[in-house]
Amino acid sequence: MQQFPCPFCGLRNEQEFHFAGEAGKIRPDTTRKVSAADWADYLYTQKNTMGEVREVWMHSPCAEIFILRRDSVSMAVLGVEQLRKNKP
Amino acid sequence: MTYSAFSLLREALRNHTGWKPAWRSPKPRAEYDVIIIGGGGHGLATAYYLAKNHNVGRIAVLEKGWLGGGNTGRNTTVIRSNYFYPESVALYELSMKLYEGLSRDLNYNVMFSQRGMLILAHSQPEMEIAARTVNAMRLNGVDADLLGPEDVRKRAPVLNFRDDARYPIHGAVFQGRAGTGRHDAVAWGYARGADQRGVDIIQNCEVLDVIVEGGVCKGVETSKGTIRAGRIGAAVAGHSSALAQMAGVSLPIQSYALQAFVSEPLKPVIDTVAFSPSAGTYFSQSDKGGLVIGGGLDRVPSYGQRGNLPMQEAVLSGLIEMAPAVAKVKLLRHWAGIVDVTPDSSPVIGPSGVDGLFLNCGWGTGGFKAIPAGGYLFAHLLATGTHHAISRPFDLDRFRSGYLVDEGAASGIAH
Repeated sequence: MQQFPCPFCGLRNEQEFHFAGEAGKIRPDTTRKVSAADWADYLYTQKNTMGEVREVWMHSPCAEIFILRRDSVSMAVLGVEQLRKNKP
Repeated sequence: MTYSAFSLLREALRNHTGWKPAWRSPKPRAEYDVIIIGGGGHGLATAYYLAKNHNVGRIAVLEKGWLGGGNTGRNTTVIRSNYFYPESVALYELSMKLYEGLSRDLNYNVMFSQRGMLILAHSQPEMEIAARTVNAMRLNGVDADLLGPEDVRKRAPVLNFRDDARYPIHGAVFQGRAGTGRHDAVAWGYARGADQRGVDIIQNCEVLDVIVEGGVCKGVETSKGTIRAGRIGAAVAGHSSALAQMAGVSLPIQSYALQAFVSEPLKPVIDTVAFSPSAGTYFSQSDKGGLVIGGGLDRVPSYGQRGNLPMQEAVLSGLIEMAPAVAKVKLLRHWAGIVDVTPDSSPVIGPSGVDGLFLNCGWGTGGFKAIPAGGYLFAHLLATGTHHAISRPFDLDRFRSGYLVDEGAASGIAH
């Protein structure tokens, strides 16, 4: 069983974590008209990189949302970034 | 060489000294009319139907490893067309019909065994959804039966009919024409048929880059040198995003590992395919006696072609719930393939967005059953540059138009 680092709880079993999507996507500005292509890009297109990836994950038991950097081939964890502004 | 009872007898009499390799191993030419990247089932079937049904000149299949070494050799060999939407049924039923004649067409025994498939329903509300599925399948012209618990018990007495079952069996959706095939034979049969029609099948030839000149795809850089082509088709399953990236295209695909398991050989315990959506597990028994077991996707996106313990525990727990009698059976092997999952669990067949480059991908966990149709339709696209009516709904443009074929939600089928 692989363990992932939760910024709040520390190392926990991978089953406790939920993959939310690739990091860095910006939701279209809905105060203006958004084209179908831009919506499709935001909703569906994935980098799906083979190698180093930067992704948004949630640790379900404590609901901490954070960024995980890992290798999508070796599955090694490369780093973790907090998203919360008031760091505990 | 045609395989027949006569050729078998002739070779038996001369001590099997006359068998020839089933396909050549040619050196790649500098240029082809059509290149297909990926020597799995879909790529080889595409080459076969291109050579058989269309007049396109020189064709090559480029495979980075060996034929059928990716997901074609890693699946659980189930063939079925029990889908919900008319678009999906047209696609998978074309595949089923081609499978039904495939051994004869290829002169190669793909061992398609139409032993039927049960999708179990474990409550009264699930039985109502099962009835809806059966009605949808029949409206789409596909065979389907709604079975009650006694009918299920007659077909598969090894399933869990105990009073204390966590998921009691109320009935099932049964497709009698579904079944299993010999996955390697599908790849090898198509390879042999394509080779006989002049297709160059080049193994150990990895595509390292895609050549795009003036916005048009003109060829590929490979581990065996530059190969140019008029049209290029990619049928590379879980690695589709990585390949498309070489041409500057991003796809609506996320790659995940999908695991499968085979047990030690047993005496026959089940002669159909049984799937329990609640248990998250399905299984059948191979002709050799091994239980062939599958389940859902891993939850962590991955390109690592290997199994892991959390999903193993989930799938095997489901198996023991489905058939407690096999709890002590030992596993023989356990592996994973990388599958390309789309947002609507339906495949992508169509132009990539770069002229000259076409895609056959996004089959997710259900690519094996679709090999003949995927090859047939992709060959049509590569030969004519336009869609066959059956592949039209599966173009990439559906993600912009919003016309998704959302099978994952509609049919409740693990893909």
